[in-house]
Amino acid sequence: MPFGNTHNNFKLNYKVEDEFPDLSKHNNHMAKVLTKELYGKIRDRQTPSGYTLDDVIQTGVDNPGHPFIMTVGCVAGDEESYEVFKDLLDPIISDRHGGYKPTDKHVTDLNFENLKGGDDLDPAYVLSSRVRTGRSIKGFTLPPHNSRGERRGIEKLSVEALTSLDGEFKGKYYPLKSMTDAEQDQLINDHFLFDKPVSPLLTCAGMARDWPDGRGIMHNDNKTFLVWVNEEDHLRVISMQQGGNMREVFKRFCVGLQKIEEIFKKHGHGFMWNEHLGYVLTCPSNLGTGLRGGVHVKLPKLSVHAKFDEVLSRLRLQKRGTGGVDTASVGGVFDISNADRLGSSEVAQVQLVVDGVKLMVEMEKKLEKGEAIDSMIPAQK
Amino acid sequence: MANSFTRMISGRNTAVILASVGAGSLTSGFLLCDSTADAAERRKLYPPSADFPDLRKHNNCMAAALTPTIYGHLRDKTTSNEWTVDQCIQTGVDNPGHPFIKTVGMVAGDEESYELFAELFDPVIKDRHNGYDPRTMKHPTDLDASKITSGMFDERYVLSSRVRTGRSIRGLSLPPACSRSERREVERVCVTALSGLKGDLAGRYYSLGDMSDREQQHLIDEHLLFDKPVSPLLTASGMARDWPDARGIWHNNEKNFLLWINEEDHTRIISMEKGGNMKRVFERFCRGLKQVEHLIQERGWEFMWNDRLGYILTCPSNLGTGLRAGVHVRLPMLSRDPRFKKILENLRLQKRGTGGVDTAATGDTVDISNHDRLGKSEVELFRK
Repeated sequence: MPFGNTHNNFKLNYKVEDEFPDLSKHNNHMAKVLTKELYGKIRDRQTPSGYTLDDVIQTGVDNPGHPFIMTVGCVAGDEESYEVFKDLLDPIISDRHGGYKPTDKHVTDLNFENLKGGDDLDPAYVLSSRVRTGRSIKGFTLPPHNSRGERRGIEKLSVEALTSLDGEFKGKYYPLKSMTDAEQDQLINDHFLFDKPVSPLLTCAGMARDWPDGRGIMHNDNKTFLVWVNEEDHLRVISMQQGGNMREVFKRFCVGLQKIEEIFKKHGHGFMWNEHLGYVLTCPSNLGTGLRGGVHVKLPKLSVHAKFDEVLSRLRLQKRGTGGVDTASVGGVFDISNADRLGSSEVAQVQLVVDGVKLMVEMEKKLEKGEAIDSMIPAQK
Repeated sequence: MANSFTRMISGRNTAVILASVGAGSLTSGFLLCDSTADAAERRKLYPPSADFPDLRKHNNCMAAALTPTIYGHLRDKTTSNEWTVDQCIQTGVDNPGHPFIKTVGMVAGDEESYELFAELFDPVIKDRHNGYDPRTMKHPTDLDASKITSGMFDERYVLSSRVRTGRSIRGLSLPPACSRSERREVERVCVTALSGLKGDLAGRYYSLGDMSDREQQHLIDEHLLFDKPVSPLLTASGMARDWPDARGIWHNNEKNFLLWINEEDHTRIISMEKGGNMKRVFERFCRGLKQVEHLIQERGWEFMWNDRLGYILTCPSNLGTGLRAGVHVRLPMLSRDPRFKKILENLRLQKRGTGGVDTAATGDTVDISNHDRLGKSEVELFRK
């Protein structure tokens, strides 16, 4: 909640045992790390904007577990959360991001020319390609915490920046609250727009407050480059198109992002970034590159193969349904994307997707012919 | 370049900039002492007009009453439990309208909310309760069941009868605002008191967290238990936090007198049975309520009540008696008659589906109950 949270001081009158959440039935990263002792140690802290430990963990307390994915169970309310609550967040980050240490440094590489290949994924299998990331604007608190005034401020800045783009990025901003229902449905069906949040993972963190105030989408005239404003992060930047030319998608992504960043910097509001955590976003799972690059790919045979999950794991990839984070697969079509975010660069992560999907399509073709794929199972990347 | 960007950054507290460039935990430690100064800085940067919600597409009592002036007076105030008006109205901002009912659109976080934010609560109460003015009027409480002489209905039509109300424990924050320890305190106070009930009211407590899935489903099927809240009206107000911690149900052995602990209110007290003997349901209701009150008073607690608002509950719609007395009744012909709505209105009754507030009727059976809560006593409403 905005403007300071002295409610926390009031809660300090109660003993730790009485305030400590019951996490006995929980299975998320937060529940694994947060002990009563740790809770007692850091519960009296708050960030300058008044974000507290209880705010950080509320979504994890309210959502004990998820059927498809191991959730993080906590969010940041502002840039300082990652400092003030590092006793909780560092172990979670390490757990979630493959042992990433508090002393590690993260490398950012948005030079699309460093990507090898990626323009030849078979469009008979790879239906669409997409790369997204998030960006947070310095000087504002994050979606779980911001007030209506801040959210509108973010929107105003973003619209000024985005509508000044030109060339292939030239486009228009559609505020959610003045969109017609028909426009909105069309954008959802085109896979361009974000849904009204219904996932309790998001709503319990408070990021859906005041919907649809201050939310909107900007997209270019070709509908291949989009920016979501004030959904789970300040900005979500997306490049996408039908078919398998991931190289082109990534190029547009990098060029567009760099143009946007230039404009924001010129106006004195850079993006939240530091050399330890990379780009700072609401969910600890999106730190680093914040990048999810992936494809919608038809793998009906491979996906029911006993070794499918192991193949994915070795390729450092993850699967989702075609509706996004909380959904199941439809008709053997999966959303396959990079699993890593922190500790490797944008180029490296997209390279894994490109190489991995290529391999899996080859495997699918083999299975279609009734051949075994055991010799193709990759080593751990 | 002098534009909105520059104006915004010039208002920034230096310490915030330092933290932003990663100056580390030492600076953050310093900042912690300074958080009230920072909050004041942020208030200056974002005056109430910047935060005023966009209610143009909204249709609830809060949206009808809230003006920028009122919001400006109230935004920076906090109750002694540190509850704000923004938190009161969040559910109404997030839920513009409801297809079946005109919602209230705001909740109280504690007893003090109704006082501190009276400038907004009073017009909402007036709107919702038929012109009742808390500044000038008094609410009568009457739980004397002997005054009811009729109340036996034809069981071929009336399938079940039920009376419910809510009670809040004075001194503890209400469900939208309470911390885990306060909620657990409510549970402790109630469960300890309830263990003192005897005779036909004797029963036991089932904690939601410790119940098996099977037990839970059985209680839901028998209409005894509350669901995990899914209605956005409830979840947006924060009352579902930490579910199912400190939630539970107490019922007597005959399963016709129940208490829900920590759902939408601290307690919901329900008397119900199959068939049409509403008089007996009300008798048990009044008797049970009085005993529970006595039992908590023995331990130094009391219910939130005052003579202007009656019993204080989370939702302004439940002030006064908090009483909803009704039946599940089969009215296949009447419910399809175009005059049905008007008939209900004239009788000061309301209809709901058989699943509760957010549901539609199943088959020909409707839930019919009193519309009013505030301004008339329990006995008066019951007679209707």
